[in-house]
Amino acid sequence: MQLNLKKNKASKQLLWIGIVSIVMFFGGLTSAYIVRKAEGGWLEFEMPVWFTISTVAIVVSSALLLFAAQNVKAGKSGTSLLLGTLLLGILFSFSQIQGWGDLVAQGVYLTGEGSNASGSFIYAITLMHLLHLIGGLIALTITTIKSKIGKYTKDNYLGIQLVSIYWHFLGLLWLYLFLFFTYS
Amino acid sequence: MSEHHKETFLTKYVFSLDHKMIAKQFLITGMFMGVIGMLMSILFRLQLSNPGESFAVLEFFLGEKWAPGGVLDPNIYLALVTMHGTILIFWVLTAGLTGTFANFLIPLQIGARDMASGFMNMLSYWFFFAATIVLLYSLFVESGPAAAGWTIYPPLSALPQAIPGSGLGQDLWLIAITLFVVSSLLGGLNYIVTILNMRTKGMTMSRLPLTIWALLIVAILGVLSFPVLLSCALLLIFDRSFGTSFYLSDIIINGEALHNTGGSPILFEHLFWFLGHPEVYIILLPALGIVSEVISVNSRKPIFGYKAMVGALILIAFLSFVVWGHHMFITGMDPFLGSVFTFTTLLIAIPSAVKVFNYLATLWRANIRFTPAMLFAIGFVSTFITGGLTGIILGDSALDINVHDTYFVVGHFHIVMGLSAIYGMLAGVYHWFPKMYGRMMNKKLGYFHFWVTFISAYGVFFPMHFLGLAGLPRRYYTNSAFPMFDGLSDINEVITFFAIIGGLVQLLFIFNFFYSIFKGTKATENPWGSNTLEWTTPVERIHGNWPGEIPTVERWAYDYSKPGADQDFVPQNVPLKEGETEH
Repeated sequence: MQLNLKKNKASKQLLWIGIVSIVMFFGGLTSAYIVRKAEGGWLEFEMPVWFTISTVAIVVSSALLLFAAQNVKAGKSGTSLLLGTLLLGILFSFSQIQGWGDLVAQGVYLTGEGSNASGSFIYAITLMHLLHLIGGLIALTITTIKSKIGKYTKDNYLGIQLVSIYWHFLGLLWLYLFLFFTYS
Repeated sequence: MSEHHKETFLTKYVFSLDHKMIAKQFLITGMFMGVIGMLMSILFRLQLSNPGESFAVLEFFLGEKWAPGGVLDPNIYLALVTMHGTILIFWVLTAGLTGTFANFLIPLQIGARDMASGFMNMLSYWFFFAATIVLLYSLFVESGPAAAGWTIYPPLSALPQAIPGSGLGQDLWLIAITLFVVSSLLGGLNYIVTILNMRTKGMTMSRLPLTIWALLIVAILGVLSFPVLLSCALLLIFDRSFGTSFYLSDIIINGEALHNTGGSPILFEHLFWFLGHPEVYIILLPALGIVSEVISVNSRKPIFGYKAMVGALILIAFLSFVVWGHHMFITGMDPFLGSVFTFTTLLIAIPSAVKVFNYLATLWRANIRFTPAMLFAIGFVSTFITGGLTGIILGDSALDINVHDTYFVVGHFHIVMGLSAIYGMLAGVYHWFPKMYGRMMNKKLGYFHFWVTFISAYGVFFPMHFLGLAGLPRRYYTNSAFPMFDGLSDINEVITFFAIIGGLVQLLFIFNFFYSIFKGTKATENPWGSNTLEWTTPVERIHGNWPGEIPTVERWAYDYSKPGADQDFVPQNVPLKEGETEH
């Protein structure tokens, strides 16, 4: 038990430090965005509506995951709520891709003739966020399956705790990026 | 309870989860890469001292294509300089140094059976190994390896059509460095979590050996700075492969105007040096840790100013994040901003001076044992001072502008970062070899190795300051194109002479290393009379480190020549005597 607690603490620390390095990665990208924008020649455009849908999806998914963890902690099953989180995560990914389609329709391109750094940044940064989120989807899928086959108890649900930390972080990261793109 | 279990050849030597074996894997890969990187420097030094002359050795290593008639091709000159920097900075002095000593020392010195995650640790090595294979493969591609410098400044690195080395070689470089960063992050995460969670009973943070403090801070630096290098490289990859304009603007190449507008290569420099400067300390701090340990053990005295040493490490690490602009004084930076970076840069002199003062105070009136490890540790103090002093000149924007991009800079960073870190690494190898392999390295060969290395290294890098003051630019293929530098050709010959001698003597070290693994005299459990926990483990390597219970720590690591003690050292696991106070 003692050893287990120590291991749980170490796993969470590993994840948190990993998150710090992801923050540095996106910090680097968004500070590059600010520096580049200050140099002028910057194309202004509307954020696609799909990105708002993404935002709603990921916020609701985080709420569901919170309830899932509470359920497990109370000794109930969290499987259906985990599944809901997963589906909303997939909706998020879908709406990101739709959002890119909207941008192209607006004439905002990643590359080539007529492209501008402002557009290229949006594509590059959202793509990187999506890649991190796909990692989260894989973890969520595994957690959901494990929950379904009854691997978690109210005393031992480290997997759900870890996936929660990562998923809430991804949600916060998206909120930051969305507000950053809209208001910076 | 013994943690040792049966191992097969594969699980013992190849896919090992044991931190000690992983450390050796890092060390030997690092040494292998070190030989390649050093050979490259000798090849391009031949061209710099004897421009345009034919050398059979060039043709032997580079072939008819890159050294037609034994004369070095300009494109491969750029590639050799690039790969020399890349290999030495990342492969030898980051992975070879930290990978070896963090893996080896962290569990042993904090009293743990292994790393927090042995699997992640193994993965860290195999990512590094994959990065090594990709980098080595790039040496053999048709267009040659990357040639835009280890700093891969765009546009040279961003336009595949620019020079031969900007093509496939640059792609492979970027892949290799991405794998390398993944390896570093996996390792770094593990080091931090292990140090924070797995210390044995009694091993409080204030009793940690300075090696562990240094390795902890290095891991934190890596976790914070390598991701920024990745973001910088990511945008470069977009520019190279997808045609975006993050770093590119208004370029005409081979008569063709590119569509890119508005990009800024200066943006790249900001992102790059935000990693690049902490990287200097990622290289240097483990050496500072090792040297603290080696100097204290061989002085038979407690390290002077333990808390100040830890504080200085933390301050150096913090400052390393706010000085990146000093690499960019000539990029048209606002002079006010330049003065801010000058100020923050010169601040680093304070913790650095604290370290040097404490080393000297530890050596002062000590009962010094001049082992090869100790000689290299003292050599480190020497290069840290000589290289650090020229850092004050380069950190000052008004002075830097005059010598920027000359050999003055090459001399400076090779001494303060290259030599210091290499000396730290060699000190560490000589010192911990008995614990790694259960045998001693040959002392006489070690002395010979030290003195020839020490003299020839200064012989190479000291004269470079004069070349730089005379205005000789770095990175140029030939020094003979400008008559104003003709008078400097003798100095260049001297430098190349010492480079060859210094290179050859490293082969002696490698011989000593491998010979001693098999034929060295057998080591005892604690040959140096050292206090740290690794010397309480048996000579035979076992998975789990201690056959019985893990020892409990009762005191700090530096009780040397303590009044009232029976011997001139008291290991950390020895309880305080009645009435004895902790240091």
